[in-house]
Amino acid sequence: MVFLSSDRLNAGLLARFARRRLAPNRYDLVAMALIGAVALLLVHGARQMNLPVSTLQTAPITLDLAKLPEYALRSTLRMFAAILGSLLFTFVVATLAARSRKAELLIIPMLDIAQSIPVLSFIAFTLTFFVNLFPRSELGVELAAIFMVFTAQAWNMAFSFYQSLRTLPSDLEEVCQQFGLSPWRRFFKLELPFATPALIWNTMMSMSGGWFFVVASEAFTVGRNTYMLPGIGSWLAVAIQTENLTAVGWAVAAMAVIIVVYDQLLFRPIVAWADKFRFEQTASEVEPQSWFLDLLNRTRLAKRLLAPFAALARRLTPKARVAPRPPRPLSPIAAAWIDRIWTAAVIAAVIWAVLTIALYLLRHLNLRDVMQAFEAGLLTLVRVAVLIVIASLIWVPVGVWIGLRPRWAQGVQALAQFLAAFPANVVFPFAILGIAAFHLDPDIWLSPLIILGTQWYILFNVVAGASALPNDLREAAGIFKLRAWQRWRDLILPGIMPFYVTGALTASGGSWNASVVAELVSWGHTTLRAHGLGAYINQATAAGDIPRVALGATVMSLFVIALNRSLWRPLYAYAEDRFRLS
Amino acid sequence: MSLTLDRPAEVDAPLVEVKGLRHVYGGGKSGPGLVVLDDVNVTLRDHEIVGLLGRSGSGKSTLLRSIAGLITPSEGSVTINNPSTEAGQSAVAMVFQSFALFPWLTVEKNVELGLEAKGVPADQRRKRTLAAIDLIGLDGFENAYPKELSGGMRQRVGLARALVVEPAVLLMDEPFSALDVLTAETLRTDLVELWTEGRMPIRSILMVTHNIEEAVLMCDRVLVFSSNPGRVVAEVKVDLPRPRNRLAPDFRALVDDLYGRMTAQPKAAATQPGGRTGAPGLGAALAVLDTDTLASMIERLVTPPNDGEADLADLAGRLQMEADELLPIAETLQLMRFADMAGRTLRLTPAGRRYEAADLDRRKQIFAQHLLAYVPLARHIRRVLDEAPSHSAPASRFREELEESMSQAYAETTIEAITTWGRYAEIFAYHEDDDRFSLDDPA
Repeated sequence: MVFLSSDRLNAGLLARFARRRLAPNRYDLVAMALIGAVALLLVHGARQMNLPVSTLQTAPITLDLAKLPEYALRSTLRMFAAILGSLLFTFVVATLAARSRKAELLIIPMLDIAQSIPVLSFIAFTLTFFVNLFPRSELGVELAAIFMVFTAQAWNMAFSFYQSLRTLPSDLEEVCQQFGLSPWRRFFKLELPFATPALIWNTMMSMSGGWFFVVASEAFTVGRNTYMLPGIGSWLAVAIQTENLTAVGWAVAAMAVIIVVYDQLLFRPIVAWADKFRFEQTASEVEPQSWFLDLLNRTRLAKRLLAPFAALARRLTPKARVAPRPPRPLSPIAAAWIDRIWTAAVIAAVIWAVLTIALYLLRHLNLRDVMQAFEAGLLTLVRVAVLIVIASLIWVPVGVWIGLRPRWAQGVQALAQFLAAFPANVVFPFAILGIAAFHLDPDIWLSPLIILGTQWYILFNVVAGASALPNDLREAAGIFKLRAWQRWRDLILPGIMPFYVTGALTASGGSWNASVVAELVSWGHTTLRAHGLGAYINQATAAGDIPRVALGATVMSLFVIALNRSLWRPLYAYAEDRFRLS
Repeated sequence: MSLTLDRPAEVDAPLVEVKGLRHVYGGGKSGPGLVVLDDVNVTLRDHEIVGLLGRSGSGKSTLLRSIAGLITPSEGSVTINNPSTEAGQSAVAMVFQSFALFPWLTVEKNVELGLEAKGVPADQRRKRTLAAIDLIGLDGFENAYPKELSGGMRQRVGLARALVVEPAVLLMDEPFSALDVLTAETLRTDLVELWTEGRMPIRSILMVTHNIEEAVLMCDRVLVFSSNPGRVVAEVKVDLPRPRNRLAPDFRALVDDLYGRMTAQPKAAATQPGGRTGAPGLGAALAVLDTDTLASMIERLVTPPNDGEADLADLAGRLQMEADELLPIAETLQLMRFADMAGRTLRLTPAGRRYEAADLDRRKQIFAQHLLAYVPLARHIRRVLDEAPSHSAPASRFREELEESMSQAYAETTIEAITTWGRYAEIFAYHEDDDRFSLDDPA
């Protein structure tokens, strides 16, 4: 139920936003050029240092069951470090974007593009950069892994916070202004509480998608160097190397426990607590519940533990004695000059960025390479498209069937959310064994792995949509005895459309990411390879071929961005406009 | 001794003085912008309740926000002579139509907000907060969240929050218009009672309203605003003793008088250049009104005791409508020549009577004739559609044409109104999918 209510809130904001900027503007190009150039430069700089990274010794991973809890904990901590980083990023960057128009013009397109970039394709860049930053310690690898997870989570959180800040209720803003609340106090009294429900929902979605990246980024090979951080991902990698199926089973179990525990002990309580921040003056119909929060509320210990922090926070809050009046606007001449300087700076940065990328690619690659990457991209595109269609054909009817039966809906909803959070890469080995045993064509049979983890977004969104179908419409359909086809065409499909598009959009985005690890898989000495951009990037990464990694990552980003702009965004805006039942 | 010497001067000086206020929204390269307030002069003296009465779009709220310091007006000055400078006191505080409560704060925390921002120590803060909650009748609700309260209770919280900072001037922006009739009445009487007993820590009240009876019930003086642009067109003193009786003849006389002054405005506005009525060729902005509403008003005018005409104030009383809702209907009927407005009297024209007597199809025909004859925009759209080879045209085109002479928001509502009427009259169709008008007609 949590996903449902918050989803609707978030969807409305997103739709408003999507409608406003359907077409890419020049700032999108600016953002893309800058992001690309910075990524390239970082790696290039790092490689220039040319340090013998292979000297790095990490503690070897052993498949000792006694060590599994520790590994699980290490993975969880990595996740929390990433989420804390994402929150920090969100507060700083989104606030900046909401407060300053100039910052907004750059930050928002950048966020928008960053969230479409398949993060895994960039793993070679991040690893090389961080490892060279801290060449003699595990810290570099650790930071690289955390940064990977961060890049998979931060953008939609920052987006949601920014959107909340831009849609603050104007009467409450006036109250703050009238009583002269300091910016600090205003942030805690108005902005943060108002943004909390959407932010928590997005944090949940981010974390749910994040486990996949935790697992994927703990063990990785770049060129001759293989990095392994103590964690479930590395346990899994070792199990695959040594063909230890039991160990894979344990990894699945450990992951399941982690996800259930974090859901019960962390997110349910937070969601239940955050219900009071919903900006509605009426009580919600179904209040989110959490047994753990009830427990905490009943104990006195937790409150006592928190009391010193609350006191500290009060002391730190600066006291405003003078009511700040709105600042005097700059003189028009000064403002015009600042605008000009800003524009000039942005143009200079873009020219620099484009030159950097062009020079780098020209030096290392030729047209054939580019063609090859695009070909691989088309193959993966076909794969993703076909799988989304197949998954939709299966899960839409199932989801509708379940959603119309409230007794089932709640349980299945929770299960689908669990499955969506579960990192699919942990169960890849089982699929590989099957494909190898029956000598199946990897080009076809590796494909389902791409959507293994992301199809659940379709299912739980459709379930949510079907259970939100208004009862009166269903009754009307019953009274007029609509035939099955008519019922689907006029009631069910339009009703679930906004939900379905949200789910399919999320699933499609996640699938591109998954292709990097799913198109090239191995089990011991067996390696299965499907043709596609994911395998292309994966292979280039393993070979330490940075120019081809850069090319592959760029092409994949272009595909995803093009797909989002030409298909998903317009579809989303249309579904919201036409079919959202409010 | 010096205190007594200062006193007379202090009493003489007005508490709030607004001089030559002018405010323009938008404007710049694209056009002259929308003048919402023009040359407004207002004084608020000590110990009086002043009402700002006018229709929507008359800039009353903008004036209130200029005084509250929330808006910097384009021209003119606002002076607040506030001798009290004690800690935790404000010159002004505002009560909002939407209550503007923080849903995540309890009643007590909501009320405390202003004191906390001013750095009042916690113990004093609590004392004053509880006193304000007590004064306004919210005892026992200190720990409730706004969502647990009824509308009336919520507005009491809004009042307490404003009173707790002991403002010299209490500003109220249509404070009762979001409440149901009974609740609003209770709150009004409670507030007037507190005022006459002098129990509120304030010196004067300035309130915005579009409810004429509310203004007469509560205020010592009423300033009537014209719309587009907003100007003070009349000042009416209310010298009735409190508590006031709504049914007393002199109360009714004042209400009637104010009705007359408000209905007199459209003519005044029409003669003003640069107002929204001055659109070249396409006519004035239209109000979005349902055709059923128009029909129902025409029928009402022939229903006894009305015999083809009615007094607007009476009509408003019987229909439980406020002037703000009733006047656009009357004006639209006048525009389409179904009725005439003379002073406060609305009288059906022969065409209006014909419309009333006709059946549905005939009614549509009459409506179509009048729409094409008297609403220039309808005629314009129809002509464009007739001449276009595809018999269709994008709505954005007409919207842009309208924006040459009115604000974007007015253009939007005008198109919305003409769409509804055009569809009813079956003189053109509109397709939301591609935002186009066309002539294709299912019939």
